[in-house]
Amino acid sequence: MAEKQLMKGNEAFATAAINAGCRYYFGYPITPQNEIPEFMSRELAKYGGAFIQAESELAAVNMAYGAAAAGGRVLLSSSSPGVALMQESISLIASVELPVVIINVMRGGPGIGSIQPSQADYDQVTVGGGNGDYKTIVYAPSSIQEACDMIYKAFDVAEEYRNPVMICADGMIGQMMEPVALPEPVEPVMGEEIRKKKPWALTGHRNERERHALNSVWLQQDLLEEYIDAYWPKFEKAERELQEWEDFMTEDAEVLYVAYGSTARIAKEAVVALRNEGVKVGLIRPKTLWPFPEKAFENLDGVKDVISVELSKAGQLKRDVRLAVEGRARVSLINRYGGMLLDPAEVVERTKKIMEEVK
Amino acid sequence: MNTVFEYTKGMREKEMHYCPGCTHGIAHRLIMEVLEERGALGNTIGVSPVGCSIVAHQYMNVDMLESPHGRAPAVASGIKRVHPESYVFTYQGDGDLASIGTSEIIHAAERGEHFCTFFINNAIYGMTGGQMAPTTLVGQKATTCVEGRTVKQAGFPLRMSEIMSQIDGAVYVERVSLATPAEIRKAKKAISKAFDVQKNKQGFAFVELLSTCPTNWGMSPTDAIVWLKDNMVPYYPVKKFKDVEEV
Ligand SMILES: Cc1ncc(C[n+]2csc(CCOP(=O)(O)OP(=O)(O)O)c2C)c(N)n1
Ligand code: SF4
Ligand SMILES: [Mg+2]
Repeated sequence: MAEKQLMKGNEAFATAAINAGCRYYFGYPITPQNEIPEFMSRELAKYGGAFIQAESELAAVNMAYGAAAAGGRVLLSSSSPGVALMQESISLIASVELPVVIINVMRGGPGIGSIQPSQADYDQVTVGGGNGDYKTIVYAPSSIQEACDMIYKAFDVAEEYRNPVMICADGMIGQMMEPVALPEPVEPVMGEEIRKKKPWALTGHRNERERHALNSVWLQQDLLEEYIDAYWPKFEKAERELQEWEDFMTEDAEVLYVAYGSTARIAKEAVVALRNEGVKVGLIRPKTLWPFPEKAFENLDGVKDVISVELSKAGQLKRDVRLAVEGRARVSLINRYGGMLLDPAEVVERTKKIMEEVK
Repeated sequence: MNTVFEYTKGMREKEMHYCPGCTHGIAHRLIMEVLEERGALGNTIGVSPVGCSIVAHQYMNVDMLESPHGRAPAVASGIKRVHPESYVFTYQGDGDLASIGTSEIIHAAERGEHFCTFFINNAIYGMTGGQMAPTTLVGQKATTCVEGRTVKQAGFPLRMSEIMSQIDGAVYVERVSLATPAEIRKAKKAISKAFDVQKNKQGFAFVELLSTCPTNWGMSPTDAIVWLKDNMVPYYPVKKFKDVEEV
C-alpha cells in the first residue's frame, strides 16, 4: 500500500479509478461531483485514455455503453437526478451484459432537489432504476479510504459479473478531505490486447471469427424469457457471495442500528455515547446495498429494537431492514432528509424515545 | 465463365424482415459493398438504431451493437475512443435521429467525431406503425395526423442535412436518394466518400438517404418511388451540402 495522503473525496475516487486501470470517462457537470470530471479531463490523456464532456447524462451513459462494448474500462459519475436520467441505459447495459462502473454522489431529492448530502436514492439504485428484470450491484462507502478500495474492486466485480456496478457515496464523502492510501496501479487491457483478453468485446471480426452482434431487443418473447433465465444465476451468485457489512458492538446488543455511508459514522458515535450510559447498542453497517446483507441479521437473539438510521423521509433502507428482520424485533426509523443531516446527539435522544415506547 | 456479379460478403445470407419495396435493404447493401471493396469488413463496428433497422446486425457482416433510441452517435463516440483505428458508423432512421436523438447527432458533429452517420429519411415512424415523424411532409398523412400534417398543428418538417451543414465539425454532408438505379450508384459514392473522410480523420461525415416506406405510406413499392421523387425531393433537395478537406 502506498503512503497516506490528504485528498478530497471526489479526486481520490477518480485517482482510484485510474489506478484500477480505468481509461475512459464520460460525464456531465452536476454538483456535488464536479471534481471527478474536472480531474479526469486533466489526467486521462496522460495515460493514453480519453475523456469526453458529454452534452447530457443521456449521452454520457451511452458513450460509456459504446466504450464498454468495445472492451474499455469505463467510469461514469453523476449525482441523483443525473443518475435518474441514465437509468434507461443502465438497464440496457445490464441487458447486454457489459461492465461499467458508476459513481453516484447522492444529493437531496425529489426533483432537482438540493445539493446537500442525502440517501434518498436508495430505492432508485437498489429496486428502482431502469425497466425490466436486472439488478445493479451497489456499494456504499462510509469513508474516502473505503470508497477508493470499493471503486478499485468495482472494476473487477463489473467484469466478473459483466454488469453495471454503482458506488453510492453521498455529498459529504465526496466533498470532505481525509488521509487515504491509494491502491496500487494496474495496467489496463487496451488496443489489440482487448481482442485476446475480452473475446466478447466488439473489436472488428478481422475475418477470423463470426461477427459479434450485441443485442438488447428480442422480437420473440419466448427467447427473451430464455435469455433472462440464462443470465439470472449470476444475480443469485451475487446474493450469495457479494454481501458485505460491518458489525460494530453488535454482540450483546439489545438495540441495533442499521446505517450506511456517512450516516453510519454518526450512528457509530451514537453507539459509543449510549454505551457510555450503559445502553446496549450496536450497529450493522451495510457495505453493499444490493445485494443487501441479509446474512448480518441471521442471529437477532436478545435484540428488541432495530432502528434504521438514514437520510430519507420514506425510510427506504428501513424497508429492506424490515424484510431482513422478518418480524423478530420492532423496526423503527431515525431520519432526516432533503439535505439535512443527523448528529449523534439527535440520534441518542430519538433512540431513547423509541426505547421508552417499547415499555 | 466470367463472374459478372457476386453477392457482397458484407451481407449475411439471412432472409430479411423488411417489407417488399422497403429501401432499408438497399441502404444496408450499399454500406456493406463499400466496406467490402475497401477490405474493411473485419475492422468495422456499426451501431444500429431503434426503428425497423434495429436488427441490421442480423444482415450486416460486421461487429455491431444496438443503441437506445436516438443515442447511436453517443454510443459510436464511446466505441471510437477505444478503437480509434477502426471504422465506426451509425445507421439511423428519421424518428431516431431527427426527433429523440437530435441532441446526440448535433453534438457528435460539433465534436468533429471521426465516424460516419447514415441517415435513413423515410418521412415516417416505420416500426411503430406510421406515426408522424419530424420529417413528415406538410399534407402527408400519418396515424397521428390522419388528415395530413398541418403547419398549424405540427409545424414544419426538419431538414437535417441543412442543419448539419451549419456545424463546423461536420466536414462532409450530402443528401442522396434511393429512387433510381442511377441515384443508388451516386448514393454509394457518397457512402464511400464518408468512409474516406473518416479514414483520413478529417471530421464528421453525414449522408442522408431519401428512402421509402411503402407499408406505412399505404402505397405499392413503385408508387412509393414516384411519391418520393414528386414529394420528398422538392422539399429535401438531393445535393452535396459540404465537402471540406480539413477541419
Ligand atoms: C425510448 C423509446 N421510445 C420509443 C420507442 C418506440 N419506437 C420504436 S421504433 C420508433 C420509431 C422509429 O422510427 P424511425 O427512426 O423513423 O425508423 P424507421 O422504422 O422508420 O426506419 C419508436 C418511436 C422505443 N423503442 N424506445
Ligand atoms: S415498415 Fe416501412 S421502413 Fe419498416 S420495413 Fe416496412 S417499409 Fe421498411
Ligand atoms: Mg423513419
